[in-house]
Amino acid sequence: MTIDKWLALGQTALELGLVNALTVLALFLSYSMLNVCDLSTDGCFTLGAAVGALAAIAGYPWLSLPAAMLAGMASGFVTATLQMRMGVQSLLAGIVVNTGLYSLNMALTGNKATLPMNKTVTVFTLTKNLLKGTPLAGQYTLIVMLIAVALVVVFLSFFLRTKLGLAIRATGSNADMVRSSSINPAFTTTVGLCVSNAFTALSGCLMAQQQKNYEVNMGSGMVTVALASLLIGGVFFGKHRGVTLRAVGAVLGAFLFRLVYALALRMDMPAFMLKAVSSIIVIIAISGPYLRRQFPMMLKTLRMRKRVPGQAEGGKG
Amino acid sequence: MLRLNRISKTFNPGTVNEKRALKDLTLHIRQGDFVSIIGANGAGKSTLFNLICGTFYPDAGEVYLDGRNVTMEADHVRARQIGRLFQDPKLGTAPDMSIEENLALAAGNGGWLSRVSAADKRAFRERLSLLGMGLEDRMKQPVGLLSGGQRQALTLLMATYHIPKLLLLDEHTAALDPGTAEKVLNLTRSIVEDNHITCLMITHNMQSALDLGNRTLMMDQGRVIYDVTGEERASLTIQDLTEKFRTLSGRALDNDRMLLGIEK
Repeated sequence: MTIDKWLALGQTALELGLVNALTVLALFLSYSMLNVCDLSTDGCFTLGAAVGALAAIAGYPWLSLPAAMLAGMASGFVTATLQMRMGVQSLLAGIVVNTGLYSLNMALTGNKATLPMNKTVTVFTLTKNLLKGTPLAGQYTLIVMLIAVALVVVFLSFFLRTKLGLAIRATGSNADMVRSSSINPAFTTTVGLCVSNAFTALSGCLMAQQQKNYEVNMGSGMVTVALASLLIGGVFFGKHRGVTLRAVGAVLGAFLFRLVYALALRMDMPAFMLKAVSSIIVIIAISGPYLRRQFPMMLKTLRMRKRVPGQAEGGKG
Repeated sequence: MLRLNRISKTFNPGTVNEKRALKDLTLHIRQGDFVSIIGANGAGKSTLFNLICGTFYPDAGEVYLDGRNVTMEADHVRARQIGRLFQDPKLGTAPDMSIEENLALAAGNGGWLSRVSAADKRAFRERLSLLGMGLEDRMKQPVGLLSGGQRQALTLLMATYHIPKLLLLDEHTAALDPGTAEKVLNLTRSIVEDNHITCLMITHNMQSALDLGNRTLMMDQGRVIYDVTGEERASLTIQDLTEKFRTLSGRALDNDRMLLGIEK
């Protein structure tokens, strides 16, 4: 492979990684900070894509971004309300919302499974025109995504240090302590999920516009892909680092995941393996430390089994 | 200050596990009282605290705090006026956050979007130095790295950062080694006395039940069976207390931890 091809591969991984990074940052907030595994992520990603595509097709490319984020917020609000105020278990609340969102997405797009945007003016085509004639003209996708991801990282690193951000982090760490600080964990969870789902939806919105196509299943498996990226990022900047570094780690994880995936595709791995790979990464990252702790015990059990009865008591004599 | 009016609480009513944790309990705690509470396991001590804090609500009766009926008020709303420490030092702090961030939540200064200011940091340093544990030089470290005693001392500091109307201590030194326990107990004593905090303390250590505070309650099977203050309390010994328990409850005190407390 020539250097050019390597560079192209790296660039694609970077672009796609940055699109995914927004969802990874959303999970960084909900999963790492709030300790909620938000299974509505897939549906919310698609919801953002649908709302964004509709707005762009209607001729409002810039408006598509806040519109998608608002839709995501509403979805996060429903998920949070279900689990914090209506007694639905956390995981189930996400699944239920996720399922419901499929119908909502189909209804929004007028029962169409895809919305092609080949001729649509999007934030990407606008940026492309803006950059025409400058040396950066070819890099419009990268530039849009870099700006979006940088803004979200800056926002998170500020937000997570405010009193509200601290309360959200404490909710994931010790909800009783939040209550004794006179703060309602139901409130912090709701705010946290609203913000995180806004980013998920933004991610979907940009993904659809970048690919010039909306597809009703484009979010499927997103939660696992994002979780895998997040866990990879955690290898670089773990729990005891500051929130800014950890957020940067999440972005790095998204890029690396895409890079490894792109390399695997190069080596003739079929594209449909993406989700299996992300599942395996999540399993290894979560189960690995657990199994490592169990390992000495397993060895001990094996050693005891090997011992013949009587030998232990009898000894050499 | 704190008035409990005919409080009853039954767990798992109508099942084989039915447990009448509190039976028609009436109690009045005066402003500035430091009350130690003793009693065997299952006497209803922690249930009493949970009802005062709003962890759950009583089946009957009312809780008045400073003249206001708070019986049905949510726990986090009540927490503005009530500080609480548990036996498990892990319960009072968020392990993944730094000492500074934990204190910032306890201080709760400013609006939702405000950040920890330099003045806050100075105040935290000053308060932490009062603990005499060197925590003021470790403010950026996650609380999860602290020892049990350090965490409990930090929790005590957080619970009393804004002087609460009522401080509830639920065997808060029982999980610490004896040396640390004594240190935390001395800290408790000085913070409570310096700030004239009304305080209830559950303990299994009969000696500290008599040493600390100005009033002692003995609970058994959901009732207060002995309530002593003043001169009578001053002359009490641990032997007197066990004898009291025997005569008032009709049973011998068979709690290991309390007996260990006697030997100490």
